[in-house]
Amino acid sequence: MTDMKPATLTEKIIARAAGQKSVEPGEIVNVSPDRILSHDNTAAIIKHFSKLGVKRVKYPDKIVIVLDHIVPASTETYAQNHLAIREFVKEQGLRYFYDVGCGICHQVLPEQGFATPGALIVGADSHTTTYGAFGAFSTGLGRSEIAVTWATDQIWLRVPESYKIVLEGQLPPDVTSKDIVLHIIGTLGADGAIYKAVEFTGPVIAGMSMASRMVLTNMAVEMGAKNGLIYPDSTTEDWLGEHGVSGYQAIYPDEKAEYARSFSFDLSGLKPQVAFPHTVDNVQPVSVAEGIKVQQVLLGTCTNGRLEDLRAAAGILKGRTIAPGTRMLVLPASRNILLQAVQEGLVETFLRAGAMVLNPGCGPCLGAHQGVLAPGERCLSTSNRNFKGRMGSTESEIYLASPLTAAATALEGKITDPAKYISS
Amino acid sequence: MIKGKVHKLGEDINTDVIFPGKYTYSISDPAEMAQHALENYDPEFVRKVQRGDVIIAGKNFGCGSSREQAATCLKYAGIEVIIAESFSRIFFRNAINNAILAIVSEEIPPLAHEGESIQVDPQGGKIYLQNRIFIFPKLAPNVYQIITDGGLLEHVKKRIAQQESR
Repeated sequence: MTDMKPATLTEKIIARAAGQKSVEPGEIVNVSPDRILSHDNTAAIIKHFSKLGVKRVKYPDKIVIVLDHIVPASTETYAQNHLAIREFVKEQGLRYFYDVGCGICHQVLPEQGFATPGALIVGADSHTTTYGAFGAFSTGLGRSEIAVTWATDQIWLRVPESYKIVLEGQLPPDVTSKDIVLHIIGTLGADGAIYKAVEFTGPVIAGMSMASRMVLTNMAVEMGAKNGLIYPDSTTEDWLGEHGVSGYQAIYPDEKAEYARSFSFDLSGLKPQVAFPHTVDNVQPVSVAEGIKVQQVLLGTCTNGRLEDLRAAAGILKGRTIAPGTRMLVLPASRNILLQAVQEGLVETFLRAGAMVLNPGCGPCLGAHQGVLAPGERCLSTSNRNFKGRMGSTESEIYLASPLTAAATALEGKITDPAKYISS
Repeated sequence: MIKGKVHKLGEDINTDVIFPGKYTYSISDPAEMAQHALENYDPEFVRKVQRGDVIIAGKNFGCGSSREQAATCLKYAGIEVIIAESFSRIFFRNAINNAILAIVSEEIPPLAHEGESIQVDPQGGKIYLQNRIFIFPKLAPNVYQIITDGGLLEHVKKRIAQQESR
């Protein structure tokens, strides 16, 4: 046997991508990523790339571009950005380009088979952490760094220390993975895992769907994490198999790997959670928020726009109508999901309830179009950020919650515990 | 030596208050980005800030989105140094890549006041504030080189040009 130190999953994946036998937390290494993601910001990245003095991207097949942020273009400027991206895609021969309408990058990449166990993925988006649900190392970078990675196939990473979060207990039926992650962030704080790799594990994870797992890794960045991770298991393999993905090499952590810190959460008896304005760690049980009037409810986004989220909300909305004076927006995470929602009758349920169903994309989450907020308005959203002014006016407020809480809130026009709609 | 005044900010200053999302795909000129720096935090900031001024903030500065304009807008507003108790990791990278010196200090933020004079010696690793000298650990030479080259793009451009001339 060698005397190699036991390694965490993050250390193993980074070591592989750096071409090293092992890496140590704190070490700075150059890695060659497996995939490089960008979205509408590709237009700006192209401008940066053009300043570097190279004509061609180094590995066209590593680059994945998904137009999702402002789709379809709502202004001429956005339309010009999209056009410049399409021209660049053609000129550089980029195969993996997903135009307006395919969906949000953080759903499209898994669907297209790019989020595989053991892969190292970098992206010009902070929620690139999502792919950790598949046992990949994935993290966000800035635009300049993506341009440089296109050109050189190399980017430096500091090997993070790892935290382990063990989830145990029996989940109540009105509690979802969104409530769990809000509870964790509320407990650890918005900087609770700053620079750290966060591995989620335990019996609750074992029983979770891929969609639920993606909520955890998506929001890991909201506690400052560099990446979130869940070890691949039969649920992962089944999901990938159903989506026609094969040929990956799963990597697992060593049993005796060292963690900088470990946390254990017993989730039995957890209540639905709400993050109050204007920070994601400002979390309270829904009972504290009950009765707060909202003008808008947003169901969807890269956090909670998957089929199980739409099903959960539709289960509450079916046969009911949303409160007068409340606007409900439904934002499926991809075209595939929207199509399934149509086939299952979920879209009919939303429309009959009085909701608007938007095309797959980021929608109003970042305040650029499709439902921005006026001064004094409140929105309850299933998205991942409630920063001041994010969805429009700096005088508006965003509350974050689960799809179940979102549906119950839309019915009453005020923040509502979904429990009564689930037991009835 | 960088000389200016202190702009004292709070904790968890996120990228949406530094550079609102609604501008992220519509503004591409750095000088125009600077006009919106910290707009959702303090709309008066861009009128007050001068070249050489230093932002001093609490924990988790720059949390949130990966948007690099959060660093670019501050750089073009005149900020070359940010001192914070901690930085969000993507912002920390973006700061260096935009030639902003990001200094982690738990000691300075609680002591500093809005409007105070401050001097920073990046090479010497020294901060002069309130008649005191604070030492900060110097960046690794290869990382500091990114700042002296004027940012990541200039740095890599130089490297690529050197490789090609070999």
